[in-house]
Amino acid sequence: MAVKHFDDVSFKAAAAQGGVMLVDFWADWCGPCRMLAPVIDQLADEYEGKVIVGKVNVDDEPELAAAYGVMSIPNIVILKDGKEADRLIGVQPKGNFTAKLDAVLGK
Amino acid sequence: MYDCIIIGGGPAGLSAAIQLRRRNRSVLVVSNPAAQNPLSKAEKIDNYLGLPGLTGAELLERFQQHAEDAGVEFKTGRVISTMAFDGWMLNVGAEVYQAKALILAAGVTRAAKYPGEQELLGHGVSYCATCDGMLYRKKPVVVVGRSADAPQEANYLAEIGCQVTYVSPQQPKGLNPEIPYVKANRLAVEGEGSVEALTADGAKLPCQGVFILRDSVAPTDLIPGLETEGGYIKVNRHMETSVSGVFAAGDCTGKPLQVSKAVGEGLVAGDSADKFLD
Repeated sequence: MAVKHFDDVSFKAAAAQGGVMLVDFWADWCGPCRMLAPVIDQLADEYEGKVIVGKVNVDDEPELAAAYGVMSIPNIVILKDGKEADRLIGVQPKGNFTAKLDAVLGK
Repeated sequence: MYDCIIIGGGPAGLSAAIQLRRRNRSVLVVSNPAAQNPLSKAEKIDNYLGLPGLTGAELLERFQQHAEDAGVEFKTGRVISTMAFDGWMLNVGAEVYQAKALILAAGVTRAAKYPGEQELLGHGVSYCATCDGMLYRKKPVVVVGRSADAPQEANYLAEIGCQVTYVSPQQPKGLNPEIPYVKANRLAVEGEGSVEALTADGAKLPCQGVFILRDSVAPTDLIPGLETEGGYIKVNRHMETSVSGVFAAGDCTGKPLQVSKAVGEGLVAGDSADKFLD
């Protein structure tokens, strides 16, 4: 499953659907974000049907980024039923993401 | 994708680089400018075998020439973060580089963290102006200048529209004169959950972001799971660290902090990286 690119409207719609969501706040001038991109792609594949994986470009959606207190990117927020369940800031190994996702999914 | 990226362009890093080139591996050395290398400030090195009487700068220049002639590639800059993914990915400033193996040879990092720095990292504290600067446009930020290129980074932040204050123990060179400068040594980052101020020698500077720019990011912050011993990177006789595919050499592995020891360890690290790459 491809990573979704959210704007304010599609983000809120997806969050309102409930379930588990992983959102990567990023920007194209951010090197660490580019470094993390292949990991986010893999997570989208591996958690297909279980987690909605998407990205928010902080330049295009500054209000959304501010609403989630994004002060450093990459900034990855995990939502459960529309509420923040966990968050990872900065480049990290894939295992950190899968561990948090599995915990939120209740595995 | 390089076979090996070496962090640090001193005697250990350059020795490792030359050894890897002798094994026909592609090598990138990432380092600060040579003038910032502590060796270049040594008045005289008299215990390096066969080459007595040279200044540190002269010796370093010879090492660099040797490495250049051997086909080593160079990149000036600071490694901000790394990630294990199909080998290693590294951020040098905002650029990304890839390698199959890493050698840590960035010398000793003397700087202890400031109070509040670790707790608020990613919540207003940043080590990279070009990475996070855009998030602080029109907001008050403080640049803590502990590296020679910090004034340029502060100028960049001012250019993109941040309200910059510059804090350092010494008068900075090359700082845009419109940026206010505060001379201070004892610093603490303040805030609950996110940065609210930097305290500089008791004076409170309200801000939303604090950019702490040192010569290098501590290796334990760069590589998750890297073991240390007495403040130095733990290695075995093959210069292997606790992390697979990551080697270390030179001052960062411990005393004596001497050129000969660094060169010898660099050779071993280069050899071990070569074997790892097979």
